[in-house]
Amino acid sequence: MEKELRLMKGNEAVAEAAIRAGADGYFGYPITPQSEILEYLMEANPQVTTGMVVLQAESEVAAINMVYGGAACGKKVMTSSSSPGISLKQEGITYIAGAELPCLIVNVVRGGPGLGTIQPAQSDYFQATKGGGHGDYHLIVLAPSSVQEMADFVELAFDLAFKYRNPTMILSDGAIGQMMEKVWLKPQKKRSEEILPWATTGKPATRERNIITSLDLDPARQEKFNHKLIAKYREIEENEVRFEEFMTEDAEYLFVAYGTSARICQKALQLARDEGIKAGLLRPITLFPYPKKRLNELADTVKGMLAVEMSAGQMVEDVMLSVNGKTRVSHYGRMGGMIPTPEEVLENMKSFIKG
Amino acid sequence: MADITFNDIIKPENLTYKKSRLMTDNVMHYCPGCGHSTAHRVLAEVIEEEDLQSRTVGITPVGCSVLMYNYIDVDFQEAAHGRAPALATAVKRLMPDKFVFTYQGDGDLAAIGTAETIHTCNRGENILILFINNGIYGMTGGQMAPTTLEGMKSSTSPYGRDIATMGSPVKMADIVAMLPGTCFVTRHSVNTAGGVRKLKRAIKKAVQYQNEKRGTCFIEVVSNCPSGWKMTPVESNKWMEENMFPFYPLGDIKVPAE
Repeated sequence: MEKELRLMKGNEAVAEAAIRAGADGYFGYPITPQSEILEYLMEANPQVTTGMVVLQAESEVAAINMVYGGAACGKKVMTSSSSPGISLKQEGITYIAGAELPCLIVNVVRGGPGLGTIQPAQSDYFQATKGGGHGDYHLIVLAPSSVQEMADFVELAFDLAFKYRNPTMILSDGAIGQMMEKVWLKPQKKRSEEILPWATTGKPATRERNIITSLDLDPARQEKFNHKLIAKYREIEENEVRFEEFMTEDAEYLFVAYGTSARICQKALQLARDEGIKAGLLRPITLFPYPKKRLNELADTVKGMLAVEMSAGQMVEDVMLSVNGKTRVSHYGRMGGMIPTPEEVLENMKSFIKG
Repeated sequence: MADITFNDIIKPENLTYKKSRLMTDNVMHYCPGCGHSTAHRVLAEVIEEEDLQSRTVGITPVGCSVLMYNYIDVDFQEAAHGRAPALATAVKRLMPDKFVFTYQGDGDLAAIGTAETIHTCNRGENILILFINNGIYGMTGGQMAPTTLEGMKSSTSPYGRDIATMGSPVKMADIVAMLPGTCFVTRHSVNTAGGVRKLKRAIKKAVQYQNEKRGTCFIEVVSNCPSGWKMTPVESNKWMEENMFPFYPLGDIKVPAE
C-alpha cells in the first residue's frame, strides 16, 4: 500500500495505521465509542495480507492479557477500548509495565465514573498519566487532537514503546474517535521478523532461558527494580516531551489544553485575539512526560494560565506543579460528555483575566 | 562385596533413571510430598525427549507454581492470576510453530480464570493446559478453592464446605470437554509410578495433537496438598485416593478420533 489520502473516522485511522505500521497483533473487545477499531480490522482482515493477528477476546481483561503474552514474545501488539474497558485492563497494564514490555493501548475516552456516558470526555487523565493500576509506574501517553494524529501516533507509540520497553497509551476521546477528517496514511511497512534478545520465543542453545515476570519476592531486589523504572521514566522525561505552541511569543494569558479541548481553544484563541486579548495556547502532545519545563518558562512571561479540559480538573494539577506558584492557574471544564464551545471558553478566559 | 567402590557403580550401563537435563539445580520451594515437583519433572522429561526446548513457551500462573520458571529450563511468561490462557492464546496465534503450555492450579484456572479457561478452550486454541487440582489454595495458606470437596475443611471453610452456602465443587475437565474446541481432555495423578507414566504418555499425546493443530488439550492432575490439608505426605495421598479420586475419577474424558 502506498501513501494515501483518505477521509476517515479517528477510530478507523488508528486501525488502518496499525496495519500499515506493521503491527503483529490486535486484541480487543467491543465498547462504544471505539468499536470501529475492532470492526475495521476484522473487515480489513490483515491476517491474509500482512499476517497481522486480529482477535475479539472474551473480555477487556483477556484482551490486555493477550497483549501481555504477545508483547512478551517481542511482537508489536496492541489493544483499544474506552474508559470502563480501560479500567478493566488496568491489571494487565500494570503487569506489562512491571515486566517492562512494549505495547500500545488506545483509550477513546467517554464520560464517567462508572458506566457514565458514551459521549466524549477527558476524565481519564489521572488514570492514564499517574499509573492507573497498582504500583509505581508510568505509561508514555500521547494525546492526539486530530484524525491525522490518531493515525500518526500509532507508529510513534510503537517506536517509543520498543525504545523504552514500556507500554504506551494513545489517550483520545469520543469526539476524535468518531469525527471524520482527511488523513494521510503512510505506505505499508513490513512486519518485523527480528527476534528480540529478551523475548520468549523458545530457548535456543545459545542463550539462557528468558523469563518475563513482574515478580520479585526479595524486597531489596524489588526496590532496586523500582529505582530502575524511575530512572527510565526520568530518561523519558528528558527526551520525549512533545508539545505545540500557538501565539505564545507575546501572550499575556495562556490556554493549556490537549486533544479535543485544544482544538476548541485554538478557536477561542482566535476569538480572543479578535477582541485584542493577547492569548496563547500550549497544547501538550505527550501527557506523560508532561511539558513541565516549557510551562515553567512561560510562567515567567504570562499573567496567568487557564487549563481547559473535559473533566472536573485533572491536567490542571500538572500545570500547577509545572509553574510551582509562579503565576495564577485556573481551570475550566465540562463533564458528562458535554463539549465546551469556543465562546464559553473565551468567556471563562475573560472572567479569569478579571480575577 | 567389600571390593566394590563408588566408581564401580556409577557407570552408564548401570543407569536406570536420571534427572532431565531441563530440570535446573534450583532448590524447589514446594512442601515435602507435594505433587507439583513430580508434575514439573514429567513435563520437563517430555519437553526434553520430544526435543521441544528451543520452541517451547510456558506460561506460569499465580499460585504455588508461580515460580515454576526457576525449575524448568525453557522460556517462561508469568501471568496475572487466572490469565495464563489469554497469554498463551496470543503466543500461539503470533508464533504458531511454538509448543505452548499453561500450568495452572485450581484457584487460578477454576475460579478467577474461569472466563479465560472456557473461552480459550471454546476457541480451540492449539495449546496445552496443564491443570493441577489439589482442592485448595496452597500458596495463600489453605483457603477453600472452587474444587474443594463437600465437607472438606479449609481456613475459609473451617466447618467444612457447605454446599448450600458455598456451592458445589467444580469439575472443570468435564466442563471443557463439552466444548467443541477441546480435542483431548484427561485426568491423571502423580502419586504412583503407574500414574506418572500415564501422565507422561498423556503429555506426549498433547504434544502430538498440538503439532497437528487439533485444538485445546486439557490435562488435569489430581494432586495432594499435605500442608494445606494438614496431613503427612502419606496421609494426604491416602486421603486423595479415598476422597478426591471418587469425585474426580482418573482417566480420559475426551479423546480425538485417531
